[in-house]
Amino acid sequence: MSRRTLHAAAALLLGVLALARPLVAQSPEVPNMQPPNRTFLFFEVLEFAPAGVESPVRYDFSGWHGGDVNRVWFKADGEQGTTAEGGGEAELQLAYGRLIHPFWDAQLGVRVDAHYGEGETNTRVALAVGLQGLAPYWFELEPTLYLDQGGIVSAGLTAAYELLLTQRLVVEPRLESFASLKAVPEFGIGRGLNDVELGLRARYEFRREFAPYVGVVWARRVGGTADLAHAAGEPVRELSFVAGVRLWR
Amino acid sequence: MVTKEQLSLDELEAMRRALSRRDFVRTAGALGLLAGMEALLPAYARPQRSASLGRPALAEPLRHGAREIDLRIAETAIRVGRRRDMATTINGTVPGPLLRFREGEEVTIRVANALREDTSIHWHGLIVPPEMDGVPGVSFPGIHPGETFTYRFPIRQYGTYWYHSHSAFQEQLGHYGPLIIDPRDGYPYPFDREYVVMLADWTFEDPARVLDRLKKDSGYYNYQRRTVGDLVRDIRQQGWGAALRDRLEWGRMRMDPTDISDITGATYTYLVNGLAPDANWTGLFRPGERVLLRFINAAAATYFDVRIPGLEMSVVQVSGQFVQPVVTDEFRIAIAETYDVVVHPTEDRAYTLFAEAMDRSGYARGTLAPREGMSAAIPPRRERPLLSMADMGMDHGGMGGMPMNGMDHGAAGHGAAAAPAAAPAATAGAHAGHAATAAPSAAAVPAGHAGHGAGAVAAAMTASAPGALLTGQDGYRYAIAGISRTRGLRPPGTLPGMLEHEPDTHGPGNAAVPMMVQSRLQEPGVGLGGDGWRVLVYSDLHALTPRAEFRAPDREIELHLTGNMERYMWSIDGVPFGDAEPIHLTYGERLRLTMVNDTMMNHPMHLHGMWMELENGRGELIPRVHTVNVKPAERLSLLIDVDAPGRWAFHCHILYHMDVGMFRVVEVSEPGAAEVAR
Repeated sequence: MSRRTLHAAAALLLGVLALARPLVAQSPEVPNMQPPNRTFLFFEVLEFAPAGVESPVRYDFSGWHGGDVNRVWFKADGEQGTTAEGGGEAELQLAYGRLIHPFWDAQLGVRVDAHYGEGETNTRVALAVGLQGLAPYWFELEPTLYLDQGGIVSAGLTAAYELLLTQRLVVEPRLESFASLKAVPEFGIGRGLNDVELGLRARYEFRREFAPYVGVVWARRVGGTADLAHAAGEPVRELSFVAGVRLWR
Repeated sequence: MVTKEQLSLDELEAMRRALSRRDFVRTAGALGLLAGMEALLPAYARPQRSASLGRPALAEPLRHGAREIDLRIAETAIRVGRRRDMATTINGTVPGPLLRFREGEEVTIRVANALREDTSIHWHGLIVPPEMDGVPGVSFPGIHPGETFTYRFPIRQYGTYWYHSHSAFQEQLGHYGPLIIDPRDGYPYPFDREYVVMLADWTFEDPARVLDRLKKDSGYYNYQRRTVGDLVRDIRQQGWGAALRDRLEWGRMRMDPTDISDITGATYTYLVNGLAPDANWTGLFRPGERVLLRFINAAAATYFDVRIPGLEMSVVQVSGQFVQPVVTDEFRIAIAETYDVVVHPTEDRAYTLFAEAMDRSGYARGTLAPREGMSAAIPPRRERPLLSMADMGMDHGGMGGMPMNGMDHGAAGHGAAAAPAAAPAATAGAHAGHAATAAPSAAAVPAGHAGHGAGAVAAAMTASAPGALLTGQDGYRYAIAGISRTRGLRPPGTLPGMLEHEPDTHGPGNAAVPMMVQSRLQEPGVGLGGDGWRVLVYSDLHALTPRAEFRAPDREIELHLTGNMERYMWSIDGVPFGDAEPIHLTYGERLRLTMVNDTMMNHPMHLHGMWMELENGRGELIPRVHTVNVKPAERLSLLIDVDAPGRWAFHCHILYHMDVGMFRVVEVSEPGAAEVAR
């Protein structure tokens, strides 16, 4: 898959979701016999790091269409260089989610993982099984297991927490981490724990749906992943200041 | 048949088409629709002219004598505060016109629909035939655009009620009005003047959009959450241990103690008779007069705490039914409830009528004054309350701080599961674990004599189930009947006991269950009772006269109010309306409906077609209600004479909770069907 087609596919998916009219229910006479489906579009991260990193544009999008219990999820998580030859990476995921517990959604889907740039593109496809929800003490967690086309099992975890400084000023620490049972050198992935990314973002909710933020993100590759990065001349750790906006509708 | 009426309907329709919600502001002024705010208020809601002081009754209601009434539902531009918006109006005003009848009349009301969508009118609290009850899809097909539906029914009761749409979100858009029925035998309390005080909430947002936002971020309108600053303050005041323990308890449950109201002053303007606080609805009086205030909470999602600083209020009617007068300084009016109070201002001064939203995010306000243009100080808003551990059912310390004797926790709870799941319970639509039944004879204990619930005490003493007495702050000894549900139904009119919640957690549609559920009728509710003045509680209420017949219940159904705030799901027994079977009742039976609130929110539950008798420990004098508030972690019970065959609605009156599924159809069998079955 070329970088161009990948981008086209991503744009198309995002476009379809964005255009899907939010099904604002004009409820019928009595309460909805069949509650209407809704569409949720959410850029949790949409940011730019002005200096010092390889791929200064980052995004973490998730969205769903459906009801209270059954939903179709689409997620896009990636980063993108801004120079002429700048590459990037993207994880696109399409999943079915079902509410299995008051606070937990179980999700089953497919992830396409792509690294692109400098004329070459690597993609891999994986089955994804995960949970998404709210753990006790208000931790938002999203653990996911992946089984890729080569039979390699990997895992990812996203965790976030919200601290209200005021009713509109919210500080959000966020952790992202990946691990793999086997090395995947084409993707710069070593065996074991791959990386840890810690973010601290302070947003101001002008509206709930629109909250610009500034933050600091610290990322570290570890173990075999760090060795691979080192060999490729890529940084093992990065510290970046970011500015962005959190959006949903 | 082209009548003048229809022509004007057509004109309205044309105007409405011309005025989309977006551009009405530009054009409406030109059309003269916004000529004056008062023109858009019904006569009774307008600030009273001094000239009308000589006339004690309400100004120009559509009243008795007018045996046939025409109502027209249309979209109309109105002004709320300083802004303009389109409303769904009845005869062009918000609230709609006052309908005034006399007990015993037969009335005919024609309702014409000039909207683009279906509409309906439900007569809230009125006992009418099912096809006149006005719930589309339950008891009639609704009123389609351009159609006129004729309601015709006998008036078989007295009291203060209201009417509103049961279609879409029209109630939030202004489709409501007051309804008064004068008693055949006159009023048992004197008054010189009366006013309707219709409380409501208005949003300039599309209600469907409001719901959409809540579905995606249930805390969307809550701007009173606990911050890091609050934690620091609590640590200073309570110490690290207490402050952190509190945060951890709530965090472990994933519950927010500031989640008092879903929709708040962040979007709502609170109204008295259609007027925003600054517009200051004013009711005039002459010092020394007794003024009857008929409070109606027509809000879609707001509970109000009502007081008139400087005046004590004598509560004389609740849910349209006379009660033995209770003097109080403040009362909470749940959504859809109606309270009549008499005040007796003797001074020549203005009094502020203050209706604070339960979450303190705003208020509705009016004034009682001897002359126009007067006003009194507006009380400072109190700090937003926090839910307590008791609201989670985790307070083992007792009931609202009252001393408790003889409560046997060991006998409570899981015994119910061992009770034989009798057939009537299974057909009741309640799940087996929640239904307890017994032979009627087991509970047929004579209820004793009337008089401040003494009968209930006697009944509890003689009941076969283990009884307990509870001494309230007023020294009154509440009768608490047996806690074990295996021993049959407790006597009528008594308070339900305290129980552990059964193991059933009601599935993913319900976020948590309280550990203990108990009667909370003697508690004023979250945010009330700590101000040093009197607050009305449900256990204060006695019907004015004992009932001629006061039977023991034949059967009990237990329904749990459930919800999951994270996804803004609301349901009964964890099942939303769309997935639920109707609740089947048998004509002629006397039912005990026990409700348990598993959620952290208050729910105003309303039954159509039949009265509910609230078992507040007052024996034969328990009050009749059309709507009852159920507090978090509360277990309360109601007696219902199942005397109205047909399909009826039973639902939470928070409009958005009802819409997403906190609703059931109750099906009462036809007379005779039960005999055949037996």
